[in-house]
This record gives sequence, C-alpha cells and structure tokens, in this order.
Amino acid sequence: MYNEKDINEQIAWAKINADVLRSMENPRKSYWVAVVMCILMIACAVFAEYIQYTVGMGPSNLNNPHMWDMYIATFVFWIGMSHSGTLLSAILHLIHADWRKPIYRFAEAMTTFSLMTAGLFPIIHLGRVWNMYWVLPYVSDRGHWPNFRSPLVWDAFAISTYLSASMLFLFVGMIPDLAICRDNARGWRKKLYTALSLGWSGNDRQWRNFRKIYLLMACFLIPLAVSVHSIVSADFAMSIMPGWHVTTFPPYFVAGALYSGCAAIITLFVLLRYFFRFEEYMTLPIMEKTCKLTFAIAMVWSYLNLIEFSSVWYGHDIYNKELLIDKATGAYAWVFWTMLFCGSVVPFTLAFKKLRRHMPTMFVVSLLLNVGMFFERWMIVAPTLSMSHSPHQWDVMWGSIVQWAIVFGSFGWFGLLFLIFVKVFPSVSMYEVKEMVFHRRRHLVNEDAAAKFHRRSDDGGNKTTTGEPGLEGA
Amino acid sequence: MSKHCVMGLFSDFDEAFAAISDIRKTKIPGVSVDDVTLKSPIEHPEIEEVLGERPVHIQKVTLFGAIFGVTFGFFFLAAAQASFLVQPQGGKAVVPLPSNFVLMYEMLIFFAVWGTFFAFLFMSGLLRKRHSLYSENVSLDQVGILIDVDGSTLEQVKELFKQHKAVEIREEEIR
Repeated sequence: MYNEKDINEQIAWAKINADVLRSMENPRKSYWVAVVMCILMIACAVFAEYIQYTVGMGPSNLNNPHMWDMYIATFVFWIGMSHSGTLLSAILHLIHADWRKPIYRFAEAMTTFSLMTAGLFPIIHLGRVWNMYWVLPYVSDRGHWPNFRSPLVWDAFAISTYLSASMLFLFVGMIPDLAICRDNARGWRKKLYTALSLGWSGNDRQWRNFRKIYLLMACFLIPLAVSVHSIVSADFAMSIMPGWHVTTFPPYFVAGALYSGCAAIITLFVLLRYFFRFEEYMTLPIMEKTCKLTFAIAMVWSYLNLIEFSSVWYGHDIYNKELLIDKATGAYAWVFWTMLFCGSVVPFTLAFKKLRRHMPTMFVVSLLLNVGMFFERWMIVAPTLSMSHSPHQWDVMWGSIVQWAIVFGSFGWFGLLFLIFVKVFPSVSMYEVKEMVFHRRRHLVNEDAAAKFHRRSDDGGNKTTTGEPGLEGA
Repeated sequence: MSKHCVMGLFSDFDEAFAAISDIRKTKIPGVSVDDVTLKSPIEHPEIEEVLGERPVHIQKVTLFGAIFGVTFGFFFLAAAQASFLVQPQGGKAVVPLPSNFVLMYEMLIFFAVWGTFFAFLFMSGLLRKRHSLYSENVSLDQVGILIDVDGSTLEQVKELFKQHKAVEIREEEIR
C-alpha cells in the first residue's frame, strides 16, 4: 500500500534546529513584501479611523437600525479564526495525532493574534475610542456593576479568559524552543530568549511537569473555545430578532469558527512554507491531512446551514421565513449566494488529491473559503438589522469606504503581528518535530527488527542479524 | 570527603538509559538512581521505566484553582448583584443562577489555567539559575546524565559513563 510519510524520519536533529533558527534570520524577500503590504493596509485603517474619530460614526454609514453591521461581523469573524489553534493544537494533541507537530505553533499564534484583532472591533465600534474601558465589566463610580445577564458582559469575560489562556498555552509550548534559541542566539535576541525561556534546562523534572501542564491546558482550552463562540452566538441568539433567535446558533458558530480557522491554517501553511523554505516540515501529506479536516468541517457547516434553513422554512414563523426569502432574493442575495458557493461548493476541491497537493490552488481555495466565512458573518448581522420586526425600520445599508477600510486594515494588523511573531519566535516547534522524528525512527527500528526476526524464523534460524539502525539524535 | 557533580553526555539515548539502569542496579555503592537528573532535548515518558516514577503535583493546584474560580465567581457575582437590591428587578431573581453559571464557568477556567501555570513555574524549578554543568548540546541532540557523587565514587561513575559510550564527561567540585 502506498503510504507517504508525514516527515522524513531520517532528518538530523541538528538540521531541525538549524533550519528553524535560520528561518528567523533569513526569510525570502517576499516576506518583507508581505510586511510592507500589511503596514499599508494598517495605514488605510488608521486613516479611516481618524476620519471616524474626528467626524463621528456618520462616515462609516452606521445608523439606526444598522448600529452593528460590519464591525461586529468582523469581530465574529476574527473570534472564529481564533479557533484554529485550539483545534489543531489542543484537540489533535489529546488524540495523539502527531502530524500536527510541525504546524501547531503558528496555529496557536493565529489564535492569539486573531483574538487581539477581534478585541479591536468593540472598541472601534464604540466610536468614542477614548471610552474603550466601557467594554470591560467594571464597577462604576456609583457602585453599580454591569448587568451580568447581558451576553455582552459574558463576551468580555469569555474573550479575556480565552485570550489569556491561549497566550499561556502558546507561551508554555514554546519554552523548550526558546531555550534552544537562547543557546544559539546573540545580542538582543539572546537577552530576550534568556528571559522568556525562564531558565529551562530540559531536565526530567521539567519535562514531566511540562507534559502535565500541556495536557491540562489542552483539556481546558477545548471547552473554553467552545464556550467562547457559543457566548458570541448568544450576543445574537439571546435577542428576539428574526434570524438570530435560533437554537442552532451555538453549534453553527462553533462549526463556522473551526472552518474559517482551518482555512486560515491552509493559507498560512502555504505562505510559511514558501517564505521560510519549510518544505521538509510543512510537507504535502500534512497539507493533505489539514485539507481533509477542513473538508469534514465544511460539510458539518453546510449541514448546519441546511438544518437552519429547513427549520425556518417548516417552522412557519413569518418573520424568520420572510427574512430567509429576503436573504436569498433581496438586496443581499449576491452575498448570500457567494457565501453558500464559497462555503459549501468550493470545499469540494479539497476532495481531490491532485488539487490538495497543489499549493497555489490550495492558497486560492483557502482564501475563497474565508471569503465565504466572512460573508457568513455579514449575512448573520446585516439582513436581520435591515428587516426586523418593525417595517418602518426596514433599510438596506452597505458599509461605507471608511468601514471597509477599517475591516481591510484589520487583516493587515493580524498579518503584521503574525509576520513579526514568525520572525522573532520559532514557527515550527523544534522539540516536537524531534520527538516526532525520534518516535517514528524507533517505530521503524522495531518494524525492521520484527521483519528480520520473521525472516530468520522462515529461514530456519540460519542467518543472524547485524547492523541495527541506531537511535542517535543526530 | 569532597562532593562532586558529574555529567555524562550521550548521543545514543538507549546507552544513556542503560547507564541509568546500571546505576539503578547499584553497580556503584553509595550512588542511587534518586540522585540522577536526566537532561534531554525531548520529552521521554519511557525514561520512567528506569528512573522510577517521580510524582507530579500540578493537577492538585489546577483543581484548587478551578474550585476557587467557581466559588469566587459565584460570590463575586452574587455580591455585585446584591448591590442592586435597591433597584426594581421586575420580578426576576436578584441572583440569577442560569446566567451566573456562564460566568462562573469562565472563572473556573481562568483561575484553573493561571493556577496551573504558576504551579508549573514553581514545581518545575524554573526561574532559577541554570546548573553550571549545563551543556548546550542538551538542547540540540544529546542526553545528559547529571549526578552528585562522593570523591571516592567519582571515578567509578565516570567509568560507567565511558562504558556506555559517553561522548563527553564534565565534572565540578561542589563547595
């Protein structure tokens, strides 16, 4: 049977260190092009925010009833993106899927930076950004606490918990690698890694505790991630607005989050593999597995869409039904159908092995999937606001250039944070790749020994075995 | 009698494990496997077969953090909500449990995770100066066995390391 390896198990450990450390010093020129593009995107957003700051919310086209619109859709999109790290790192860690090892680090980083990007939008959406502390649940000077029954307060709790937990998860997982960086760096990098590696020396006591904390944090992160996106869905589902008051919203949001996160992993997989010449670590079989996972989640997401449509259709709730028909035929129809095309049809490209192994195709497909997922969030927010219970409030609104520029800039902000991260910190987990290589090599040795034993038995024990492959690290 | 700290570096993991196994079999009098520290570039759960099981207690702190989080969460929310007693609640409970459960759940995880992290820092012996015999090869591809011995057994330990093909042996006198 044809069985391609996830990674070449004969790769020397010194080479793993050298390749990853080199990536932090010497990326391709296109890396710097990407950095400049991200800075330009941020500049667009800063300019748009300056207009919004000086003039007010008018230039963004936000009004009544469209008081949320694209900002909140983008917030949900970035929160969703953050689920990639949890899925790839925590869930696959618990089920011992070791193919995650070369790629989980950047997925975890994505989680953290997505949350940091998402956190900007409630602040931007406030308009009066100097009052940004209003989004936090704090006691006022009159001794009044916020309404703890409000899902918006739950959001603040859930997201701050998720952000701090995912940052810890990322940091703890990096400590052994930071020690490697410390041992090989010079100048400011040496000082940084010495401080961050916390004196790690790789002794058995540290490894034993490390194994335990990583497992415990993974166990906590999974329900936390599910709760975060369920709570974000509660921002909508707890209201009585048509299209939002839906019991399938929490699983729908979680599936959508995992979906967009997986698509983003594919995008960044292709980029990192190219920028840092990681062909030996981010291999085609690993890409294939990630694509298959994404395809499976895409099908779950599509199923949940169908369930929602059919329950609205057969539920005969007139407001919900009118809204659904309007989504499919009204002003937002092109967004709705693009969402369905990108989210449910485009993923079928992932079913073809030839396409899964073609990096440029996968790059484009992953971007299309996330276009679909962005539109999905927009389709959750905008149509309901444009067609709620009171007909006198019915109004179709399109985001202005100011709103689009800020949304566009958020991708630059995320990209810049991510690109800085992969330049300063190892984006491939060196110690985990070594473990992967070590265990696979050991497995091979055992298989070889068993095969030789069987051959010797077949030959009547006349032959002796010599030259067992060693298990040296280098 | 002077005390010495000696570290053998091995490029073959099986040889390093065999060396520890020999120490366990008390081939050298006065040297116990409990005094052995293994330094490795990767995690080795299988090392417990020769090193013996050494307990880890992080999970107790995690449990404490989780219980503290959920308890603190309840009392924090209830106390804050109780300050609304002067306001009309429209027939709703002053301390509504269903919505509080959501926040208590978040606080459970928050305190459990941070508790686990601080326990890890403390119990792993991090935030301390590294041992002077630390070798950078341990973060590359070699396994180090570190052991404190008396001057009388120093040579025997070094001999044992050599038997198991140690690529380098370092030592220092403990003052």
